[in-house]
Amino acid sequence: MTIASERIATPAVERRFSPEWLGQGFSKALLHVAVIGITLVWIVPTLGLLVSSFRPVSEFANSGWWTALSPPFKFTLDNYSGVLSSSNLGQSFFNSFMITIPATVIPVTIAAFAAYAFSWMKFWGRDIFFLALVGLLAVPLQATFVPILKFFVQVGLTPEHVGFVGLWLVHTGYGLPFAIYLLANFFRALPTDLFESAEIDGAGTLTVFFRIVLPLSVPAIASLVIFQFLWIWNDYLVALVYVGSTPEVAPLTVTLANLVGSLSQGYQLLTAAAFFSMIVPLIVFFSLQRYFVRGILAGSVKG
Amino acid sequence: MMGLKVGSIRALSMLAVMAVVACGTGGTNSGPGSVHVLAVWSGPEQASFQAVLAPFTAQTGIKVLYESTRDLDTILQTRVQAGNPPEIAAAPSPSTLSKLATAGKLVQLDNGILDMTKMTDQYAPGWISLGKINGKLYQIFSWASVKGLIWYDPKNFTAKGYQVPTTWQGMVDLQNQIKGGGTTPWCVATESQAASGWPGSDWVKEIVLSQSGPTVYDSWWNGKTKWTDPAIKQAWTTWGTILGPNDSNVYGGKNYILATNFVNGGDGLFKKPPKCYMHNQASFITANFVTNTPGLVAGSDFQFFPLPDVNPSFAGAHVGSGDAFSMLKDTPQARKLIQYLTTPDAQAIWVKRGGKLSPNKAFDLANYPDDITRAVVKVMTGASIFDFDAGDLMPVAMRDAYWKAVLSFVADQTKLDSILTGLDAVQATAYK
Amino acid sequence: MDLSQLLADVPTLVAVIVGVPVVLAGYIVGGEYLVRLLPDKSRPSVRPWIWVGPALAFVGFFLVYPVLGTAYKSFFDNQDNFVGLSNYAGQLGGFPSGGAWIAIRNNLYWLILFTLLVLIFGLMFAVLTDRVPYESPVKSLIFMPMAISFVALAVIWKFMYSYQPPGEPQTGTINAILGSLHQAPKIWIQDPNVANQALIVAGVWGFVGFAMVILSAALKGIPGDLLEAARVDGAGELTIFRRVIFPLMMPTIVVVGTTLVIFALKAFDIVYVMTNGNYDTDVLANRMFQLLKVGNNGPASAVAIILVAAVIPVLIFNLRQFRAVEARR
Repeated sequence: MTIASERIATPAVERRFSPEWLGQGFSKALLHVAVIGITLVWIVPTLGLLVSSFRPVSEFANSGWWTALSPPFKFTLDNYSGVLSSSNLGQSFFNSFMITIPATVIPVTIAAFAAYAFSWMKFWGRDIFFLALVGLLAVPLQATFVPILKFFVQVGLTPEHVGFVGLWLVHTGYGLPFAIYLLANFFRALPTDLFESAEIDGAGTLTVFFRIVLPLSVPAIASLVIFQFLWIWNDYLVALVYVGSTPEVAPLTVTLANLVGSLSQGYQLLTAAAFFSMIVPLIVFFSLQRYFVRGILAGSVKG
Repeated sequence: MMGLKVGSIRALSMLAVMAVVACGTGGTNSGPGSVHVLAVWSGPEQASFQAVLAPFTAQTGIKVLYESTRDLDTILQTRVQAGNPPEIAAAPSPSTLSKLATAGKLVQLDNGILDMTKMTDQYAPGWISLGKINGKLYQIFSWASVKGLIWYDPKNFTAKGYQVPTTWQGMVDLQNQIKGGGTTPWCVATESQAASGWPGSDWVKEIVLSQSGPTVYDSWWNGKTKWTDPAIKQAWTTWGTILGPNDSNVYGGKNYILATNFVNGGDGLFKKPPKCYMHNQASFITANFVTNTPGLVAGSDFQFFPLPDVNPSFAGAHVGSGDAFSMLKDTPQARKLIQYLTTPDAQAIWVKRGGKLSPNKAFDLANYPDDITRAVVKVMTGASIFDFDAGDLMPVAMRDAYWKAVLSFVADQTKLDSILTGLDAVQATAYK
Repeated sequence: MDLSQLLADVPTLVAVIVGVPVVLAGYIVGGEYLVRLLPDKSRPSVRPWIWVGPALAFVGFFLVYPVLGTAYKSFFDNQDNFVGLSNYAGQLGGFPSGGAWIAIRNNLYWLILFTLLVLIFGLMFAVLTDRVPYESPVKSLIFMPMAISFVALAVIWKFMYSYQPPGEPQTGTINAILGSLHQAPKIWIQDPNVANQALIVAGVWGFVGFAMVILSAALKGIPGDLLEAARVDGAGELTIFRRVIFPLMMPTIVVVGTTLVIFALKAFDIVYVMTNGNYDTDVLANRMFQLLKVGNNGPASAVAIILVAAVIPVLIFNLRQFRAVEARR
């Protein structure tokens, strides 16, 4: 795959002030303008919420959030103090971790195993199973609650007996289709030469998996971890159905949602609650950013 | 290989740790026991309900595990079908629990659990029969509220020389008088996310009761009177005269009505200059008045007059609603709790904190926190015809269609006939 | 040991965080060990099952079993009488506006608009941010909406779409912008003409981060030398995108696109939280939820099966892509 057009070598000085250079500089500037501009537009809604979270509720219906950015400011910390002083915040924060971390680790690991098999092993029914997996992405979760909950109750997988184990298993089941679909795609994209040279070197399946496939798929695995973590951290309904909302087991989403009365009393607290809840997923995202680097594959296959 | 062996040993030991951790508790409750309660009350209401429960736990030692969720219907259905219902549930709509009663999932309350002599002493017969399905008692009310209160700012009325109307015609005349003065007389707001439309449905049901009487009202929410029946249609068109052609009697017209959340519905009363002069809403709205417009004082800045009678033959008709408890699993602890929740003392705890009324006949007025609430109670106890919220009594599918119909009506009043036919279609299947 | 004590135990959390991966790794290592005990010939036929076994078991129990149960229930009414296809007839009858057709129409809107917009924006952000040094902060800002729960998303867009009558100071961002352009304010979510689009915009805003992250990961997988070589050869950025980046990312674009299409079919949270299907915005998943809420299990099951069946065209497309990639190997 070669790109045509040859470059005529020009002396360095001429190249510096040539139309090409200006064109390049211009398109560079355009790039920056585009990226920064669109990003600024993109964050306007979130900015609106952030500013609103510092405003008293009486102002919400009277003036737009941008008016708070000019005098008179009328800022208040009431919304945040309301959230922070809510009962059970610490326990539900811990509960959210207790739910989310295992429910992220388990599906990602199991999916990695399965995705490897789907992409690099041959077995009976492989294509059918894989397609069925993709199809299962479409299952609406509400349809699964009753049969699974019934089973859990019968075998005693309830919060009183085993804590969050039931919820971990459920989230694993729900999260596997997407996880496998995503990882299989990335695993499949690895060059075949890699596996051939490994085979020649006498590496076994485990070595190939742990020493070749996993390290090369770090961006994909990092993305998956982010999404699975996110989805479970922000989940409300599944936790509510399988563990309920008593203070000992309620995750953060339930506790924050319960800040607001059934007649919307206290809805202004949701503005602060949103940011409070956002902190952890963002930290996870930030810390996984360094895995999104290029060049892992570069130079991995020498002639 | 060494690595493999070491790995497996480590793995097995971790497995053992996990098993121990997982099977950690498994112990049964020792001591007085516990009760699970499921309800929609969250935020400040939850604090009030826990205040109600505190003396109970102090006296009996029974732990009350309260779970709050706004998706009450879904969670209740799921857990009942899966076989682990809470012992006690409080649903804002009797129809949700009615379906469960017919399916045999509720525990009957009047053959041993509740002292019926005491109940008939405390409650007006209407409140008890409301809790009965096929003659058996399945739910008992602890708190009540009244609808059909028209809120206004007395200062604004005095400033313009408006008089508080006592008849329907008087109210219509006042409406026209205000219009003549160049302001929209009414504030209405229907937005409420999943429940959008319910404030308008309150208007319609209040008019049905006051205009056509309790017999028509009852047969209507029972699904026996059609929506296209002239009596029901007349209620809608009467509301249409309040809204005005193209909703012109209401501040902001159709757009504002549809787009504004009910908590902000009454704010227009207090703007300077006022955007409207009257707002129909239940008594909880006073908390929102005060939050949204700081510095308001009850009585001098806001007051109410009861919605006047549309039809003098049905004078004194008012719509109200309440919070009822039902039992889904019969345990000694659950029995004690539900008995506790019917006592005037328990009910007084929340009433004193504000936001609820007691349906108890002999409730001490001094328990009510302010004059406005006392005036509201007088409306309830003085009502010669007091009927429960029709929307809450209808099956949920019917009620949801009712709310949607309100939104369609506000958007285009000329579509009333097709809206009503649509409601009839839902009525035909919803009551099965 | 009582429950709260158990859960408040930080050592437990640590044990779980460490123990779970070790257990799973132990499983695969132990499994491989067992496979090694077999003769060489039978290893390739047994080994895959060790690797996919747990996944198939989980998926089989948590997804396949309930779906089969739902399909079974869809042929019965709420009192458990067999009614054949009448639940489906009830949902699919009354074309064009009866039954589930409004929901189906809205799902189609979502399917097309949502998928296209998220893909386009996601691809654009992935490619553009790759070329700037401040890539990480920008990506975090674009990604932020994904970290927000659906409830918070609803609150944010409530503020965006808020309406005050003309002449009054606007409280909603969009209406304020309209105002500065001397346009009259409009209602958005409550107007059946634009409600769907308004919800889809909110949904797109929330989901672009998803597409961007995955597409970015795929982009990083393209060897740098390939791109450098193309640049040295004098190809413009647009050409590089068209001829190098896009084709190499195609499999991932298919994956993201498929996932988005399926999410669009399953769209529930945004619609439920913001309108509950009012103003003509109902979608299949919401419709099913409403039916389940009132115990209408038969019709609800029918809607669920319709939803799952609607995925089949997507699966066929995926199968073709899959085969094409296999053939190229």
